[in-house]
Amino acid sequence: MPKRKARVDARVCVACGCCIKVCPKNAIAVPKGVCAEINSELCVGCGKCARECPASVITLEVTEQ
Amino acid sequence: MKQRKKWYDFLWIASLTYLILGFFNILFAWLGLLCFFIPLIIAVGKGNKAYCNRYCGRGQLFSLLGGEFGLSRKKDVPRWMKSKFFRYGFFIFFFAMFFLMLWNTYLVFSGAKELSQTVKLLWTLKLPWHWAYHGTLFSPGVAQFAFGFYSVMLTSTVLGFVTMILFKPRSWCVYCPMGTMTQLICKGKNVTGSQKHKVKQSTIKS
Repeated sequence: MPKRKARVDARVCVACGCCIKVCPKNAIAVPKGVCAEINSELCVGCGKCARECPASVITLEVTEQ
Repeated sequence: MKQRKKWYDFLWIASLTYLILGFFNILFAWLGLLCFFIPLIIAVGKGNKAYCNRYCGRGQLFSLLGGEFGLSRKKDVPRWMKSKFFRYGFFIFFFAMFFLMLWNTYLVFSGAKELSQTVKLLWTLKLPWHWAYHGTLFSPGVAQFAFGFYSVMLTSTVLGFVTMILFKPRSWCVYCPMGTMTQLICKGKNVTGSQKHKVKQSTIKS
Protein backbone atom coordinates (compact mmCIF):
# COMPACT_ATOMS: atom_id res chain seq x y z
CA MET A 1 0.00 0.00 0.00
CA PRO A 2 1.61 3.31 -1.04
CA LYS A 3 1.95 5.86 1.73
CA ARG A 4 0.38 9.22 1.10
CA LYS A 5 1.07 12.59 2.66
CA ALA A 6 -0.77 15.87 2.34
CA ARG A 7 1.01 18.73 0.61
CA VAL A 8 0.02 22.41 0.50
CA ASP A 9 0.49 24.67 -2.50
CA ALA A 10 1.94 27.62 -0.58
CA ARG A 11 1.43 30.05 -3.47
CA VAL A 12 -2.36 29.77 -3.35
CA CYS A 13 -3.02 28.93 0.32
CA VAL A 14 -5.23 31.61 1.93
CA ALA A 15 -4.23 30.56 5.48
CA CYS A 16 -7.86 30.25 6.61
CA GLY A 17 -7.06 27.26 8.82
CA CYS A 18 -10.07 25.12 7.84
CA CYS A 19 -7.67 22.20 7.53
CA ILE A 20 -6.48 22.51 11.14
CA LYS A 21 -9.91 21.73 12.55
CA VAL A 22 -10.47 18.53 10.58
CA CYS A 23 -7.03 16.97 10.97
CA PRO A 24 -7.39 13.96 13.29
CA LYS A 25 -3.66 13.98 14.07
CA ASN A 26 -3.22 17.70 14.77
CA ALA A 27 -0.58 17.68 12.07
CA ILE A 28 -1.44 21.05 10.58
CA ALA A 29 -0.64 24.58 11.69
CA VAL A 30 -0.67 28.02 10.08
CA PRO A 31 2.51 29.51 11.53
CA LYS A 32 2.70 33.30 11.27
CA GLY A 33 -0.58 33.46 9.34
CA VAL A 34 0.97 33.01 5.91
CA CYS A 35 0.36 29.45 4.79
CA ALA A 36 -0.72 26.09 6.21
CA GLU A 37 2.14 23.72 7.04
CA ILE A 38 1.82 19.99 7.43
CA ASN A 39 3.96 17.98 9.79
CA SER A 40 4.73 15.01 7.56
CA GLU A 41 5.85 12.96 10.57
CA LEU A 42 2.31 13.11 11.94
CA CYS A 43 0.35 13.12 8.67
CA VAL A 44 -1.35 9.81 7.92
CA GLY A 45 -2.63 10.88 4.49
CA CYS A 46 -6.32 10.52 5.35
CA GLY A 47 -7.21 13.36 2.97
CA LYS A 48 -9.69 15.12 5.27
CA CYS A 49 -7.80 18.41 4.95
CA ALA A 50 -7.77 18.15 1.15
CA ARG A 51 -11.55 17.66 1.08
CA GLU A 52 -12.13 20.53 3.51
CA CYS A 53 -9.78 23.11 1.97
CA PRO A 54 -12.03 25.78 0.39
CA ALA A 55 -9.34 26.79 -2.09
CA SER A 56 -8.51 23.14 -2.89
CA VAL A 57 -4.79 23.74 -2.50
CA ILE A 58 -4.02 20.55 -0.53
CA THR A 59 -3.17 17.43 -2.49
CA LEU A 60 -2.16 13.95 -1.42
CA GLU A 61 1.16 12.78 -2.72
CA VAL A 62 2.58 9.29 -2.71
CA THR A 63 5.79 9.32 -0.70
CA GLU A 64 6.90 5.66 -0.68
CA GLN A 65 5.74 2.21 -1.73
CA MET B 1 -11.14 10.42 16.57
CA LYS B 2 -13.41 13.39 17.02
CA GLN B 3 -11.78 16.40 18.67
CA ARG B 4 -13.43 17.92 21.72
CA LYS B 5 -15.13 21.19 20.95
CA LYS B 6 -13.76 24.34 22.51
CA TRP B 7 -15.73 27.44 23.50
CA TYR B 8 -14.70 29.23 20.31
CA ASP B 9 -16.23 26.49 18.17
CA PHE B 10 -19.62 27.95 19.08
CA LEU B 11 -18.97 31.48 17.87
CA TRP B 12 -21.26 30.78 14.91
CA ILE B 13 -24.08 31.44 17.39
CA ALA B 14 -22.76 35.00 17.86
CA SER B 15 -22.67 35.55 14.08
CA LEU B 16 -26.20 34.28 13.65
CA THR B 17 -27.45 36.34 16.62
CA TYR B 18 -25.82 39.43 15.12
CA LEU B 19 -27.76 39.05 11.86
CA ILE B 20 -31.02 38.44 13.74
CA LEU B 21 -30.54 41.40 16.11
CA GLY B 22 -29.96 43.74 13.18
CA PHE B 23 -33.37 42.77 11.90
CA PHE B 24 -35.00 44.12 15.06
CA ASN B 25 -32.76 47.01 16.03
CA ILE B 26 -30.25 48.31 13.54
CA LEU B 27 -28.03 49.87 16.23
CA PHE B 28 -26.80 46.36 17.11
CA ALA B 29 -24.93 46.54 13.79
CA TRP B 30 -22.22 48.50 15.61
CA LEU B 31 -21.21 45.22 17.27
CA GLY B 32 -19.96 44.11 13.84
CA LEU B 33 -16.92 46.31 14.39
CA LEU B 34 -15.63 43.50 16.58
CA CYS B 35 -15.30 41.32 13.43
CA PHE B 36 -13.28 44.13 11.91
CA PHE B 37 -10.97 45.12 14.74
CA ILE B 38 -10.28 41.76 16.45
CA PRO B 39 -8.69 40.12 13.35
CA LEU B 40 -6.73 43.32 12.71
CA ILE B 41 -5.44 43.56 16.28
CA ILE B 42 -4.45 39.86 16.26
CA ALA B 43 -2.69 40.18 12.88
CA VAL B 44 -0.85 43.38 13.78
CA GLY B 45 -0.12 42.47 17.40
CA LYS B 46 0.54 38.76 17.24
CA GLY B 47 1.35 38.36 13.54
CA ASN B 48 -0.97 35.44 12.91
CA LYS B 49 -4.41 34.58 11.56
CA ALA B 50 -5.82 33.08 14.75
CA TYR B 51 -9.09 34.89 14.09
CA CYS B 52 -9.66 33.08 10.77
CA ASN B 53 -8.19 29.85 12.11
CA ARG B 54 -10.22 29.69 15.31
CA TYR B 55 -12.66 32.45 16.09
CA CYS B 56 -14.43 33.41 12.86
CA GLY B 57 -18.12 32.79 13.56
CA ARG B 58 -19.14 33.42 9.98
CA GLY B 59 -16.78 30.72 8.70
CA GLN B 60 -18.16 28.34 11.31
CA LEU B 61 -21.70 29.16 10.25
CA PHE B 62 -20.92 28.34 6.62
CA SER B 63 -19.11 25.21 7.71
CA LEU B 64 -22.15 24.12 9.69
CA LEU B 65 -24.74 24.93 7.02
CA GLY B 66 -22.69 23.63 4.11
CA GLY B 67 -21.06 20.71 5.87
CA GLU B 68 -23.31 19.33 8.63
CA PHE B 69 -26.59 20.42 7.03
CA GLY B 70 -25.39 19.41 3.57
CA LEU B 71 -26.37 22.63 1.78
CA SER B 72 -23.09 22.75 -0.15
CA ARG B 73 -22.30 21.01 -3.43
CA LYS B 74 -18.73 20.63 -2.14
CA LYS B 75 -17.19 21.37 -5.52
CA ASP B 76 -13.86 23.10 -6.10
CA VAL B 77 -13.96 26.87 -6.45
CA PRO B 78 -13.03 28.05 -9.97
CA ARG B 79 -9.37 28.81 -10.50
CA TRP B 80 -9.96 32.55 -11.06
CA MET B 81 -11.62 32.88 -7.67
CA LYS B 82 -8.44 31.93 -5.82
CA SER B 83 -6.18 33.96 -8.08
CA LYS B 84 -4.31 36.89 -6.51
CA PHE B 85 -5.87 39.17 -9.11
CA PHE B 86 -9.41 38.40 -7.97
CA ARG B 87 -8.62 38.25 -4.25
CA TYR B 88 -6.78 41.57 -4.18
CA GLY B 89 -9.24 43.09 -6.67
CA PHE B 90 -12.21 42.13 -4.50
CA PHE B 91 -10.36 43.38 -1.41
CA ILE B 92 -9.84 46.80 -3.03
CA PHE B 93 -13.43 46.96 -4.30
CA PHE B 94 -14.85 45.91 -0.92
CA PHE B 95 -12.88 48.52 0.99
CA ALA B 96 -13.64 51.21 -1.60
CA MET B 97 -17.33 50.52 -0.96
CA PHE B 98 -16.64 50.52 2.77
CA PHE B 99 -15.06 53.98 2.61
CA LEU B 100 -17.96 55.20 0.47
CA MET B 101 -20.25 54.05 3.26
CA LEU B 102 -18.11 55.94 5.79
CA TRP B 103 -18.35 59.06 3.59
CA ASN B 104 -22.16 58.77 3.50
CA THR B 105 -22.16 58.41 7.28
CA TYR B 106 -20.06 61.58 7.53
CA LEU B 107 -22.55 63.45 5.32
CA VAL B 108 -25.42 62.44 7.60
CA PHE B 109 -23.38 63.42 10.68
CA SER B 110 -22.70 66.83 9.19
CA GLY B 111 -26.35 67.33 8.24
CA ALA B 112 -25.68 67.49 4.50
CA LYS B 113 -27.69 64.33 3.89
CA GLU B 114 -30.77 62.78 5.45
CA LEU B 115 -30.76 59.41 7.15
CA SER B 116 -31.66 56.60 4.77
CA GLN B 117 -33.46 53.83 6.61
CA THR B 118 -32.47 51.19 4.10
CA VAL B 119 -30.04 48.31 3.89
CA LYS B 120 -28.10 48.17 0.63
CA LEU B 121 -27.67 44.58 -0.48
CA LEU B 122 -24.85 43.78 -2.90
CA TRP B 123 -24.06 47.51 -3.08
CA THR B 124 -27.08 48.14 -5.31
CA LEU B 125 -30.41 46.81 -3.98
CA LYS B 126 -31.99 49.16 -1.46
CA LEU B 127 -34.04 47.09 0.95
CA PRO B 128 -36.52 48.86 3.26
CA TRP B 129 -35.38 48.35 6.85
CA HIS B 130 -37.28 51.11 8.69
CA TRP B 131 -38.83 48.72 11.24
CA ALA B 132 -35.40 48.20 12.78
CA TYR B 133 -34.91 51.90 13.51
CA HIS B 134 -36.36 53.21 16.75
CA GLY B 135 -34.51 56.49 16.96
CA THR B 136 -31.15 57.32 18.47
CA LEU B 137 -30.07 59.42 21.44
CA PHE B 138 -27.21 60.88 19.43
CA SER B 139 -26.86 62.07 15.82
CA PRO B 140 -28.75 60.27 12.99
CA GLY B 141 -25.24 59.58 11.70
CA VAL B 142 -24.95 56.90 14.38
CA ALA B 143 -27.89 55.10 12.81
CA GLN B 144 -26.56 55.73 9.29
CA PHE B 145 -23.33 53.97 10.17
CA ALA B 146 -25.35 51.08 11.61
CA PHE B 147 -27.40 50.77 8.40
CA GLY B 148 -24.21 50.97 6.35
CA PHE B 149 -22.28 48.46 8.41
CA TYR B 150 -25.19 46.03 8.49
CA SER B 151 -25.35 46.34 4.68
CA VAL B 152 -21.69 45.32 4.50
CA MET B 153 -22.25 42.37 6.82
CA LEU B 154 -25.43 41.19 5.08
CA THR B 155 -23.86 41.54 1.64
CA SER B 156 -20.85 39.47 2.62
CA THR B 157 -23.10 36.87 4.25
CA VAL B 158 -25.23 36.58 1.10
CA LEU B 159 -22.14 36.30 -1.13
CA GLY B 160 -20.63 33.73 1.23
CA PHE B 161 -23.91 31.80 1.31
CA VAL B 162 -24.15 31.64 -2.49
CA THR B 163 -20.55 30.45 -2.86
CA MET B 164 -21.14 28.02 0.04
CA ILE B 165 -23.96 26.40 -1.96
CA LEU B 166 -22.11 26.43 -5.29
CA PHE B 167 -18.68 25.37 -4.08
CA LYS B 168 -17.20 24.26 -0.74
CA PRO B 169 -18.79 25.32 2.59
CA ARG B 170 -16.15 27.90 3.47
CA SER B 171 -15.52 29.21 -0.06
CA TRP B 172 -16.04 32.72 1.34
CA CYS B 173 -12.69 32.33 3.15
CA VAL B 174 -10.95 32.21 -0.25
CA TYR B 175 -11.90 35.79 -1.12
CA CYS B 176 -12.86 37.23 2.29
CA PRO B 177 -11.41 40.77 2.32
CA MET B 178 -10.58 40.57 6.03
CA GLY B 179 -8.75 37.28 5.47
CA THR B 180 -6.85 38.75 2.52
CA MET B 181 -5.93 41.81 4.58
CA THR B 182 -4.77 39.88 7.65
CA GLN B 183 -2.73 37.51 5.45
CA LEU B 184 -1.09 40.53 3.80
CA ILE B 185 -0.29 42.00 7.22
CA CYS B 186 1.18 38.67 8.36
CA LYS B 187 3.25 38.40 5.15
CA GLY B 188 4.49 41.96 5.66
CA LYS B 189 5.38 41.28 9.27
CA ASN B 190 7.22 38.11 8.29
CA VAL B 191 9.29 39.85 5.64
CA THR B 192 10.30 42.64 8.00
CA GLY B 193 10.83 40.06 10.77
CA SER B 194 13.15 37.91 8.63
CA GLN B 195 15.02 41.03 7.43
CA LYS B 196 15.57 42.09 11.03
CA HIS B 197 16.79 38.57 11.76
CA LYS B 198 19.25 38.74 8.84
CA VAL B 199 20.55 42.13 9.96
CA LYS B 200 21.00 40.79 13.48
CA GLN B 201 22.89 37.73 12.18
CA SER B 202 25.16 39.84 9.94
CA THR B 203 26.00 42.20 12.81
CA ILE B 204 26.84 39.23 15.02
CA LYS B 205 29.16 37.82 12.29
CA SER B 206 30.93 41.12 11.77
